[in-house]
Amino acid sequence: MAEELYDIEVAVPENPIESFLRMDRMPHIWCPGCGIGTTVNCFARALETSGLDLDKVAIVSGIGCTGRVAGYVRLDSFHTTHGRAIPFASGLKLANPSLKVVVYSGDGDLTAIGGNHFIHAARRNLDMTVILINNFIYGMTGGQVAPTTPIGASASTAPHGSFEEAFNLPFLAESCGAVYVARWTAYHVRHLTKAIKEALLKKGFSFVEILAPCPTLYSRRNKLGDGLDQMVYYKNSSEIKNGAETKSVALDLQGKIIVGKFVDKERPTYIDAMNEHFRKRLGDRYIPSDENKEPNPCLERKSRSAASAGRASF
Amino acid sequence: MHADPTGVLAGAHFMDGDHACSEGAMAAGCRFVAGYPITPSTEVVERIAERFPYIGGIFIQMEDEIASSIAIQGAAWGGIKAMTVTSGPGFSLMMEHIGLAAITETPCVFVDVQRAGPSTGLPTMPAQGDMMQARWGSHGDYEIIALSPNSPQECFDLTIQAFNLSEKYRVPVLFMMDECVGHMIERVVIPPAEEIEIVERRMYGGPKEGYQPFEAGRDLVPLMVKAGDGYRIHVTGLTHDERGYPNMSVGAQAKLVQRLVDKIRLHADEIVQFQEHDVDDADVVVVTYGITSRTAIPAIEQARAKGMKVGHLRLVVVWPFPEKRIRALADRVKAFVVPEINLGQMVYEVERCAAGKSKVILVPHGGGTVHQPKDIYTAIEKSLRGK
Ligand SMILES: Cc1ncc(C[n+]2csc(CCOP(=O)(O)OP(=O)(O)O)c2C)c(N)n1
Ligand code: SF4
Repeated sequence: MAEELYDIEVAVPENPIESFLRMDRMPHIWCPGCGIGTTVNCFARALETSGLDLDKVAIVSGIGCTGRVAGYVRLDSFHTTHGRAIPFASGLKLANPSLKVVVYSGDGDLTAIGGNHFIHAARRNLDMTVILINNFIYGMTGGQVAPTTPIGASASTAPHGSFEEAFNLPFLAESCGAVYVARWTAYHVRHLTKAIKEALLKKGFSFVEILAPCPTLYSRRNKLGDGLDQMVYYKNSSEIKNGAETKSVALDLQGKIIVGKFVDKERPTYIDAMNEHFRKRLGDRYIPSDENKEPNPCLERKSRSAASAGRASF
Repeated sequence: MHADPTGVLAGAHFMDGDHACSEGAMAAGCRFVAGYPITPSTEVVERIAERFPYIGGIFIQMEDEIASSIAIQGAAWGGIKAMTVTSGPGFSLMMEHIGLAAITETPCVFVDVQRAGPSTGLPTMPAQGDMMQARWGSHGDYEIIALSPNSPQECFDLTIQAFNLSEKYRVPVLFMMDECVGHMIERVVIPPAEEIEIVERRMYGGPKEGYQPFEAGRDLVPLMVKAGDGYRIHVTGLTHDERGYPNMSVGAQAKLVQRLVDKIRLHADEIVQFQEHDVDDADVVVVTYGITSRTAIPAIEQARAKGMKVGHLRLVVVWPFPEKRIRALADRVKAFVVPEINLGQMVYEVERCAAGKSKVILVPHGGGTVHQPKDIYTAIEKSLRGK
């Protein structure tokens, strides 16, 4: 695995990700030390090395600091409503299966207000990559408590500290049926880039959770320092455990962070299951939607990890 | 452009309004439907679910109405015609996404088979209580188009129009049925495909360089592209400029919102549709829509038989409201009588346009069934009394 990890070129003369960005929209809105930008760098590199036709990649975001990602990348991009990126993406993908559809949004967006859509898209194995930025907080609205806020952490709407159990997101995603589940932090740029690339090339519902610092509203408020201090925490407290059981990877306040690729398996996607089912039931009378008749160019490319069908590969 | 024959079940049928609406959607070229079951609208999606696999459509029962009302917008940007269907509480859940469709100028159709509310209300019984919600339900300023069929035949015909209008103006179109029209079974004649006029999406096919996805020409409606066409568009629910880029200025807000509103208001003459009967010599005009246009007929006939000069104006397109026509009538009629299965909604529009020049009398009904014609008759009689 190590060789593969380092075949991603990082040191290049000019910033190669500029061609992925809508430079006419710079400067971006993110605070100094915010981790979201770092993840976008990794996303851009992953896309670049994925071999995907970028005209056929669409990105969908909800609302939040992370939700702004869709507006900065030079792809067909949709900035929708709070929590509803996944159902928008579902309609987009079903209408036009030749697209690679990526959902990029925050933890609050995807798992609080959008939690219902998240679990159902995973259950259906809708073919999309969901990249979730977990900053333990609602950033955009000023640091309110989120379903990911660790017990004991303070938030503007939990000023005495949160006492609610937080989601263990990889466990949630796996239990609902995601075929690819990984977690990395904004510190692990190479691993993260590789994970996003794998997720992009994975057929089905792939999920990458990324822990990223929100110095402005999370770490400073909790006296955990700024963005750099959070990166040091990620570095020192992370343990790479590919294949770890997702139920064992829950996070707690400044505790150990299990990172890695946890799930990589095969399961028929929603569209494949639908086509197969109707062909079986209705025979020649089944007319797949126009787009479904064409081969899916971006999915012709199989990821290396998907080669070992049926079992997890780490 | 004519309809694709694949979706057209040409011939004479007996069917209810819900099923006729499904057939209208298929004839209109709708190939994506997302919905969540709710009485009395469920038959629409049931028929779609049955028929779509044979005609190249995709139906998905989403996890809720919020998801359904945005999945159709994803599908529209994926390049196909899309619709969602609901009633009562489900319609309330969809409000945010009517606004999203309005600001992103996403063509799509929302069908609301109205039932009595508020809340769970009378789930299986009719009302017309969502008319103002259809107009104003999402926050902010925008315009939509809404139609109101009064028979299964119209559920078919007007659903096609709903799609055509939504493509022409790039606007969400609300199809305001009610439980009676939805469940009433009548003869529905579906013409052959070559007799059905369809408006196809107006797509941009020009150079990528300098393309501005939200730049409109003189008709104020921008051409569309779909995801995957290589234009790398940005579509946002934030206030945006012609490039589609967010712009948080008062100026950008004024410009965008004004255009969204003007593209409907300035075309109101083309969009507005109503039917009139015996209005020319009328002293009193009964203004109706949907099922109420049918319960009013016996009352109007009875009044005319007694020598009262009563006319009937029935709204087919409810929004935009036929302001000009009501204003013109207000100059010469004594009164308007407005029966609605609610405690007063469209009557306020009539009042606004009548502007004190003629009386406006509401015939309210709390919902659960339709008006007794005698209540409408009594109101007509009353309207002619006094000055
Ligand atoms: C329906 C609705 N409710 C609430 C909001 C306000 N809102 C905007 S962003 C946000 C939370 C964003 O948090 P998260 O998804 O964690 O993203 P982050 O900003 O941290 O990246 C909220 C509550 C909204 N826009 N829409
Ligand atoms: S508030 Fe937090 S998440 Fe939002 S941009 Fe600033 S640092 Fe990033």
